[in-house]
Amino acid sequence: MAERCAVVGIGQTKYARRRGDVSLEGLVREAALRALEDAHVGWQDLDAIVIGKAPDALEGVMMPELSLCDALFAVGKPIHRVHTAGSVGASTAISAATLVESGRYQTVLTLGYEKQSDGNATWALGGGRSGSQGAGGSFAPWIRNYIQRSGAPEHVGWKVAVKDRLNACKNPYAHLQMPDITIEKVKESPLLWDPLHFLESCPSSDGAAAMVLTNAEGAKRAPRPPAWVIAHAKRTEFSQFPGRDTVKPAAGVDCAKALYQKAGITNPRKQIDVAELYVPFSWYEPMWLEGHLICEENEGWKMTDAGETELDGAFPVNPSGGVLSSNAIGASGMIRCLEAASQVRGTAGAYQVDGAKVALGHAYGGAAQYFAMWIVASDPEPRYRGSR
Amino acid sequence: MSRFDEIAIVATAQTPARRRYPDSEASLLLDLTNQLLAETRLPRSAVDFTIAGSCDYLSGLPFAFVSNVDGFGAWPPVYESHVEMDGAWALFEAWVRLQVGDIDVALIAGSGKSSPGTPREIFPLQTDPYYAAPLGLDPVSVAGLQARALLDAGLATERDFAAVVARSRRAALTNPNAQVAKDVSIEALLAEPYFASPLRKHDLPPISDGAAAVLIARGKRARELTDKPVWIRAIDHRIDSHHLGLRDLTDSPSTRLAARGVGVHAGPLDVAELCVRYSPEEIVLRRALELKDDTPVNPSGGPLSGHPVMATGLVRVIEVANRIRAGGARRGLAHAASGPALQQNLLCILEAA
Repeated sequence: MAERCAVVGIGQTKYARRRGDVSLEGLVREAALRALEDAHVGWQDLDAIVIGKAPDALEGVMMPELSLCDALFAVGKPIHRVHTAGSVGASTAISAATLVESGRYQTVLTLGYEKQSDGNATWALGGGRSGSQGAGGSFAPWIRNYIQRSGAPEHVGWKVAVKDRLNACKNPYAHLQMPDITIEKVKESPLLWDPLHFLESCPSSDGAAAMVLTNAEGAKRAPRPPAWVIAHAKRTEFSQFPGRDTVKPAAGVDCAKALYQKAGITNPRKQIDVAELYVPFSWYEPMWLEGHLICEENEGWKMTDAGETELDGAFPVNPSGGVLSSNAIGASGMIRCLEAASQVRGTAGAYQVDGAKVALGHAYGGAAQYFAMWIVASDPEPRYRGSR
Repeated sequence: MSRFDEIAIVATAQTPARRRYPDSEASLLLDLTNQLLAETRLPRSAVDFTIAGSCDYLSGLPFAFVSNVDGFGAWPPVYESHVEMDGAWALFEAWVRLQVGDIDVALIAGSGKSSPGTPREIFPLQTDPYYAAPLGLDPVSVAGLQARALLDAGLATERDFAAVVARSRRAALTNPNAQVAKDVSIEALLAEPYFASPLRKHDLPPISDGAAAVLIARGKRARELTDKPVWIRAIDHRIDSHHLGLRDLTDSPSTRLAARGVGVHAGPLDVAELCVRYSPEEIVLRRALELKDDTPVNPSGGPLSGHPVMATGLVRVIEVANRIRAGGARRGLAHAASGPALQQNLLCILEAA
């Protein structure tokens, strides 16, 4: 790599069912301004802007970089737009990191957003056709398949739903605030797509998330500790073909292998201190623990069941509350990446994982076929725990 | 730009622009990908990074781009990305990605099918959703405003617009990929009725389906893959304000900035392929780029002869690259544009070895 890349600024909006108080411009500026403030940089310091969001049809604005460029002070600058389905937030962060790593730009603003209340997300997630089964309808059969393969008990999904919502109570930006949630309530909530109950599903949110990325020289000027981008990886496979493993897609496995290899990680479960995984439906926590080689096959649910993925567990997953608590689709992957960065910067507040030095940010999309992941660390040359 | 590594286009492919392809975008991309791999004798696995540009809205299907993965191949899984932009911006990101230095070969595609919809009804959704989109301000009307601004400022006449069209249509006669080609006089064009005054129908691009793709590689690898690498010497893109009321439509400041960024006049320019979707845009671009009168512009016929949206910009790069490969030029400029009235502009300087 020509240049190292560091996260020096993070900004998020309050996520909510409907942010009727702001326009699209207002929404993206809320996140962007917080990221700039965190990094102590001004609009004039930005060399390029990289934005990402899921389908334009969610808000009905085609190629929104065109109408948002004034609000983002991009006039006269390069503004780039990424779209890789649900993985887009993480893909956008990675594209922006590449702009810095290439040596072409020093300081880049990256931003993901969705204002889902402007449209009908379930319609859009069904590919714009009528009678959409929604994302949950697509994933439920694969989740059922996972349960059959792994022999996981049904309550594992409920546990994830409770854990992430309780974590969200520590995160002021989180959409859902459910301090009273219990296993019983999740179990009793309506069954949407067997085996997924209503409370095991992500909400539909409005919101934006942003980061300021810069090179090593820029990081020296940052007022707060940077999170160093140690490695990133992306992999894509076909939506469907005979013999495709939809529970543990090969693209997810390959992506994790490439990521760990680049980062020099040999034992992800030990060497990664905290993970923000894209878990829009409860069962995807154990599925991605296995699907990204953090544990052996059929062991993911045991990690969850044993409480290892709790905030104070051995391998905390989604201390921010995750996608289950805030899901502005185009922002969700960006949020995973910036929450990972926030943990290693030590700025995660009430949901800070003690001593977090190495973190994983992750997103997936499409028919569980797009994967984008990054490893961030407090040290540009991380010395991994238990690496020998 | 010498601090950047040398990266070259090693193979190009494009479909002819047509009013309608019955096939899917994915099948167009499949043909192009196979052509590129056959020409360079590369297995799919030798492509380190793939990136495509397309637009969901053209087909009216959110996530339409997902099916395009079927076209450029993703099994075993590939390192891949997608921009909701013209393929020229995919080329920009691929160029940046290769500069990191750890991978060597990238496949870039741009594809679009306007035939399923009515572009004039769809494209107003590109404008500000609160104030402009409800008015239905479509690209043809915006191009008309730009044309009117040029006329009012005394920077062009309707005859100048017709001259751009006549030259482009004639040039397209030698381009097998052109959708519209004709030997027609300026007088005959001026005798046509107005379509959206001061524009006549021929001042607009045809509505097209089509796709384009290129393979690029880093220095040493590029020389292994072809005897005639076409070097990407510089690439830059910039944007102007979205608000028409804040813009001087007779100028393109973002093009001027990008032109400085790539050093358009750091060497002699043998050819320029400009994303002239409406004939008055050529007047604006020639001024902003400070092109000499004798610099050949759009010898392919340009977008006025075929406009596969989301590939049109990448086709400009391909046309310049092909001309250089054929020995007809040593150094050329390719331009891509996005948004109403040339709001966003990308420039790329290509050069023979």
